[in-house]
Amino acid sequence: MTEELRIGVFICHCGINIGGVVDVPAVVEYASTLENVVYAERNLYTCSSEGLEAIKSAIHEHELNRVVVASCTPRTHEPLFRATCKEAGLNPYLFEFVNIRDQCSWVHMHEPEFATEKAKDLVRMGVAKAARLEPLEELTSDVIPSAVVIGAGISGMTAALSIAKNGFYVHLIEKGSEMGGLLRRLYKLYPTEELAKEFLEQRIKAVEEHERVELHLSSSIKDVEGYVGKFKVILDENGVEKSIDVGDIIVATGAKELEPEGLYEYDGEKVITQLQLEEKLRREDLNRNGIENVVMIQCAGARGEVVKYCSKICCMNAIKNAKLIKEANPDINVFIAHNELQAYGEEYELYYRDAKKAGVRFLRFPLEKRPKVRKSDGKLVVDVFHERLLMDIPLEADLVVLSTPLVQNPDAEKLSKMLKVPLGQDRFFFEAHVKLRPVDFATDGIFLCGTAQGPKDIEESISQGYAAASRATIPLAKGYVSSEAIISSVDEAICVGCGICESVCPYGAVEVVETEEGRRAKVTGVKCKGCGTCGSSCIKRAIKMQHYTDDQLIAQERTAFVTEREVVS
Amino acid sequence: MEDKAVLVIGGGVAGMQAAFDLAEAGIRVCLVERTLSVGGRMAQLDKTFPTNDCAICILAPKMMDCYRHENIEVLTLSEVTAIEGEIGSFKVKILRKSRFVDEDKCNGCGDCARVCPMGILNKFDMDLRVRSGAYIPFMQAVPLIYALDRDKCMRCGLCEVICGKDAIRYNQKPEIVERNVSAIIVAIGFDPLDPSGLTEYGYGKYDDVITALEFERLICAAGPTGGHVIRRDGKEVKRIAWIQCVGARDTRDNRPYCCSVCCMHATKEAILTKEHNPEAETFILYTDLRCFGKGFQEYVNRAEDDYGVKYIRGKPGEIKGKENKILEIFYSPSSDKVEKLEVDMVVLSTALIPSEGVEALAEILGTELDEYKFFKLKDPYNPTGTTRAGIFVAGYCQAPRDIPECIAHGSAAASRAMEVVLGGSYDRRA
Repeated sequence: MTEELRIGVFICHCGINIGGVVDVPAVVEYASTLENVVYAERNLYTCSSEGLEAIKSAIHEHELNRVVVASCTPRTHEPLFRATCKEAGLNPYLFEFVNIRDQCSWVHMHEPEFATEKAKDLVRMGVAKAARLEPLEELTSDVIPSAVVIGAGISGMTAALSIAKNGFYVHLIEKGSEMGGLLRRLYKLYPTEELAKEFLEQRIKAVEEHERVELHLSSSIKDVEGYVGKFKVILDENGVEKSIDVGDIIVATGAKELEPEGLYEYDGEKVITQLQLEEKLRREDLNRNGIENVVMIQCAGARGEVVKYCSKICCMNAIKNAKLIKEANPDINVFIAHNELQAYGEEYELYYRDAKKAGVRFLRFPLEKRPKVRKSDGKLVVDVFHERLLMDIPLEADLVVLSTPLVQNPDAEKLSKMLKVPLGQDRFFFEAHVKLRPVDFATDGIFLCGTAQGPKDIEESISQGYAAASRATIPLAKGYVSSEAIISSVDEAICVGCGICESVCPYGAVEVVETEEGRRAKVTGVKCKGCGTCGSSCIKRAIKMQHYTDDQLIAQERTAFVTEREVVS
Repeated sequence: MEDKAVLVIGGGVAGMQAAFDLAEAGIRVCLVERTLSVGGRMAQLDKTFPTNDCAICILAPKMMDCYRHENIEVLTLSEVTAIEGEIGSFKVKILRKSRFVDEDKCNGCGDCARVCPMGILNKFDMDLRVRSGAYIPFMQAVPLIYALDRDKCMRCGLCEVICGKDAIRYNQKPEIVERNVSAIIVAIGFDPLDPSGLTEYGYGKYDDVITALEFERLICAAGPTGGHVIRRDGKEVKRIAWIQCVGARDTRDNRPYCCSVCCMHATKEAILTKEHNPEAETFILYTDLRCFGKGFQEYVNRAEDDYGVKYIRGKPGEIKGKENKILEIFYSPSSDKVEKLEVDMVVLSTALIPSEGVEALAEILGTELDEYKFFKLKDPYNPTGTTRAGIFVAGYCQAPRDIPECIAHGSAAASRAMEVVLGGSYDRRA
């Protein structure tokens, strides 16, 4: 760059917030002595319309090609000043913010002289960086206006239908031969007790009938490549390979019931799981087989037994099935042996009370002393340690039902590798942020919903299905995605293709590819968030973080540690 | 604002998420917030379970993103007063109350607050701190625009004199604005129950019986005590107990429901207490420990094993104050026994109930509430659809849910509103 550097510096009084502590005129005077600074002024409020006009007119009048504002905090005001530079025809990344309020006048309010000196230091550092700033552009990339939803359980169906209703084409991919997922195996739903079959039929019909949903049954994902806006998904549909181009992807692959092999004398006949019970209820088996006593055991395999977590839905599902048994035949004794009962929320607590009224008996055991199932004279007996009586209560059972947790599908691992999205310690898909981004992955353009993310009931799976639809609709509706201007770039002449950067990038934005020169790292601009992790991990210093280049930062640091006299002279 | 816009009522975490998703999809949003700042209840929390993320630190960027978004118009200190029309074309009247400060001129420097001689209890800090008559509710308030509390103001004129931006407007009048929208999302959140009426807990009678939300302010580094958990007499708290289901799962006031979040926030608060002071003894008295969400059981395990938080199953019947500010909690661990626990602070995990004014708003909107004043769903498996077409609901005001569930629900309501605005194909019957 041969152009002459012409830096303008604007120091803000922020009323008395800065001006009451820092000697602002002295800082302005000092700034005007710094190398490459051709103009310096102070403003009562640089962010006021007068202040912003002053910046713009100084850019024109003094032909400024770099602007430094020393004021409050970039958190709230950097976008404003960048926009002002842009309005005056200057690339907004030729602007540098110096924080002399939050990080200077406020913290040093009782030491005004030192605060003034620190403000000078900070301004000098800002000017040093500004001299090395380079213009940057935000890249945009087109979006293919359609989506893929992987998994046609209730959350996937909900997501697909909502995206279609939002006006976009959706491919709904299901590995099984029918839609419906785990719901197909349920008899009735809590808390409404409507038939799962009828509930599903309506929803399947709505999905099938929608003109913008293309259903791919008996299909599995073979490969996925690309990035937000331009994904290519390779499918095996009934043995035929297909390629689909879409803008984004929703993972709704669901979960499965833990098979309690080796636990509680499980045999699939007399000791069964809740899903096996649903099947019996549907066929009205219980009455025919002369069953008098049913004992349900909660947390079978959960909360420290096989998996660590609580599976959220098992208490309510057990209560529902117990209530249905009682309602169909009040003479059958139904016991639920539980530890903490998860009848959370508004309706479930009421439903739990209803089950008690219907005659379902609840027994609480401590988690350290879980129930034991044994055979006595050919009959099953469940010993439940009563938490308050402090003794085993033997319950004869014709049928023992184990409430086992939902666990991740075994093929999730493969999908997670294909999509480069993580699984958590519990093996469920791991969202971008546990609190704030429940249906996003850290990678742009890939979302998740339903039990693939963790155990949840139907209502919540539907809620997440709609949520994922909303998130996935955003890029489709916008029609483009824009990347940050502040991204990393690789100098291929230096890169040796070691792959450290690829392994540390949280967004899947860096990958090592084969080039004519050998293996080299490559950054996909639209995926990069500018976090700088790759740059700081690169052992060859081949990766440059724009706007935070080594050159810029080292210049800033160097000038931080020289004395005022040296700088001036 | 054009027809193809959406009104979002409530600027808490659910409402902001709904507004943000819609705005990102290119849809104009009018976000109406009753208080001075967006952020809602989450902004009042110190940390969030189960990751102990600082609540305001992760929320503040979201608040700014919302406020700065070119497609979102944020109207604070505003309330919806009337709607007309139907799905696809609602006409909404919004009352914009006065801040008595020119919103365009104020730059949030706070000079007015520093000169104001008034001292008024700050609601945001659960009345545990005094603020000035010219104020923002909390440091990270968005928008960062001050307001005058004209109910208490003596009009001394100091703020007007000091304000370098000439932004003080003593005579600012409220105004009614109108917006045309295609769909409406209600996300007005919850209020904590005032436990004064439940006399067995001694709230209001004993200084150191406080509510969980008061505790959140106390333990927050930016709160009234700078994050020190101290009793009213200034002494450090050594033994502290949380009491669960205060006013919840309780049929006395027809509140049989479980609030879904209290077991976990008590666990979090106990962990934080231990982090601040490892010597403190912490007890949680509960009925059923509801740790059903992702990572919750693991969090409870950590509280017990790593921090030594003691969980006691038992519902207290009474709390009595003794000399030296010791509080005695009488509870029953089994049907034939009463035990006593002595502590020096009691935190009540009070029920979280539908917000004040929910009935009036439901009437304005023409939507039904259920028996407990949560917004009623037309179809229980369509979790954002109210009883009126084109009006959707998000967050706690529909039913108890935690933050990530509120956020997902906010996005879900956004997708329903997108169906109306982008898809244009909707069913007038809701």
